[in-house]
Amino acid sequence: MNIGPGRSGLIMDEPLLWEKGRAGRNGMSIPESDVPSAAIDGRLCGAGPDFPDLSEIDVVRHYTRLSLWNFGVDTGMYPLGSCTMKYNPKINEKHAGAPEIAAAHPMLDDEYCQGTLKIIYDLQNYLAEITGLDAVSVQPAAGAHGELAGMLIFEAYHQSRGRKRTKILMPDTAHGTNPASAALCGYTPVPIKSGARGILEVGQIRDLMDEETAGIMVTNPNTLGLFEENIREIADIVHAKGGLVYGDGANMNAVMGIADMKKCGVDVLHLNLHKTFSTPHGGGGPGAGPVCVTEELARFLPSPRVEFDGTAYRLEKERPESVGRMHCFHGNFGVLVKALCYILTMGAENLKKVSQRAVLNASYIKQRLKGHLHLAYDRPCMHEAVFSDRKQQEFKVTTLDIAKRLMDCGYHPPTIYFPLVVPGAIMIEPTESECLEDLDTFIDVVKQIVREAETEPELLKRAPTRFKVKRLDETAAARRPCLCG
Amino acid sequence: MKEIKDLNLPDEIRYSKDHEWAKVDGDIVRVGISDYAQDALGDIVFVELPEVGAVFKAGEEFGTLESVKAVSELYLPVGGEIVAVNMELEDSPELINDNPYTGWIIEVKPGDIGEFDQLLDRHAYLELLKAE
Repeated sequence: MNIGPGRSGLIMDEPLLWEKGRAGRNGMSIPESDVPSAAIDGRLCGAGPDFPDLSEIDVVRHYTRLSLWNFGVDTGMYPLGSCTMKYNPKINEKHAGAPEIAAAHPMLDDEYCQGTLKIIYDLQNYLAEITGLDAVSVQPAAGAHGELAGMLIFEAYHQSRGRKRTKILMPDTAHGTNPASAALCGYTPVPIKSGARGILEVGQIRDLMDEETAGIMVTNPNTLGLFEENIREIADIVHAKGGLVYGDGANMNAVMGIADMKKCGVDVLHLNLHKTFSTPHGGGGPGAGPVCVTEELARFLPSPRVEFDGTAYRLEKERPESVGRMHCFHGNFGVLVKALCYILTMGAENLKKVSQRAVLNASYIKQRLKGHLHLAYDRPCMHEAVFSDRKQQEFKVTTLDIAKRLMDCGYHPPTIYFPLVVPGAIMIEPTESECLEDLDTFIDVVKQIVREAETEPELLKRAPTRFKVKRLDETAAARRPCLCG
Repeated sequence: MKEIKDLNLPDEIRYSKDHEWAKVDGDIVRVGISDYAQDALGDIVFVELPEVGAVFKAGEEFGTLESVKAVSELYLPVGGEIVAVNMELEDSPELINDNPYTGWIIEVKPGDIGEFDQLLDRHAYLELLKAE
């Protein structure tokens, strides 16, 4: 089929650099030594590192070919639900790579790095403004690290009131890392089943919340892409029992400039700059997971934060009640620069439009595909829509087959088999980056795949066929992993 | 996914609502997961087993199964002390997919055998699956 951008082309094979290298080859001419030779202490000598000898073109072709096997948001649509794989504007890279910023030494005294500190200070304030919360630390290195900071703040808060608590409420539509972050801090996660409408019901929280429970971790919008409409009432119940509300802000791309997290009753919230604020997810990192809190909890935030006294910026002095440092130096500073660049280039009105369009795009996909794929919850969705393979079961076609076939058509697959509350989940998050024409093409491709599932299921079972590697045996890879090349 | 009519659900064992099975053997109860559960999970790639000697109540989590799709918790159908774990699963988790009834997971010495009698028989378990 030739709907969608996927075609096949010449695939270049490429060996490991060690297989490619030949003794004596190199990438530069080293000048003759013009200093007298001298003996070296034998104890300092040993076998050198095992590096291959390569010319410049060997190395350039190697990495260029590897890059051709790759797929990124710069290649095509990347609707990986829950991950907000939006386009990363190149102007972010330009500023983060500027020598004044990139080469600033992290150990400079405050007076010599005022610009660096101003970047952090401004970002702290913008993130507070966007979430509605009062105080921000930009130290945590990623989302789960922000969750950990949040749980340490919960713990510090309850300690300060002289009462240790042991449990934490955990909806089944929370992000998968939430229970792990709570457990790391010694809390026992108490699972809550979401109600029939895919969101939390007030009665469940009323029944479960007690004075042994430190609070609740809510992802809002949740991992079904649904807004937790009862959040304010839930927060009131949790607060009345002395607990705190943690907001997982991983899905903030749906509600920027629309929902005020403080007014929702959230006490602590982390953001993923590598999702909502357009910094790269990188090859597994680095990201940044700033943690935002109410005024009452500001004293517990990781330290140091950046302060401004009207004339100069400085790192604050140690706060005795702080949960401590979460990261060395200024955190993942390059990521902070890119996020601030995004906020400044967009401006308040456009950030709000980002969320509106992210929701519009997901809703458009939801409406147009719901007759073709089973829609788990047929309700207004936010930034992502969760389908499943239920309609394809009679043809013995699974979510995995659909995802693999999408790759052949030129798309990164959506998130599959998550959230766990939807068996065979297909979680599509287009983000605001995709235009109407590209959404339409994607929808046409999914419809085509749904037809193929009925008429030519083998096409899906064999997929992907257009890549350097074809259908991988994921079971064998997990049962007998080969980690050494 | 198998059709319900194609599931292998032996008569002589009991089932829990969480899709574990339990079988009385002398004064111990042997526990595994049902054919429905292994089929729904897909290829199992890792089994996290409890320590022998650990004590759990009925309904408590005693381990996890990791498949290519997701990680799932295992819940004990009958409370008591773990007296044996199937160490073969550490290297060969596929034994559960091959046959979930010979591919047992743990053996428990029940605190109250009355809990076994409250588990579902084949007929009741089938009704539960149809309702799901």
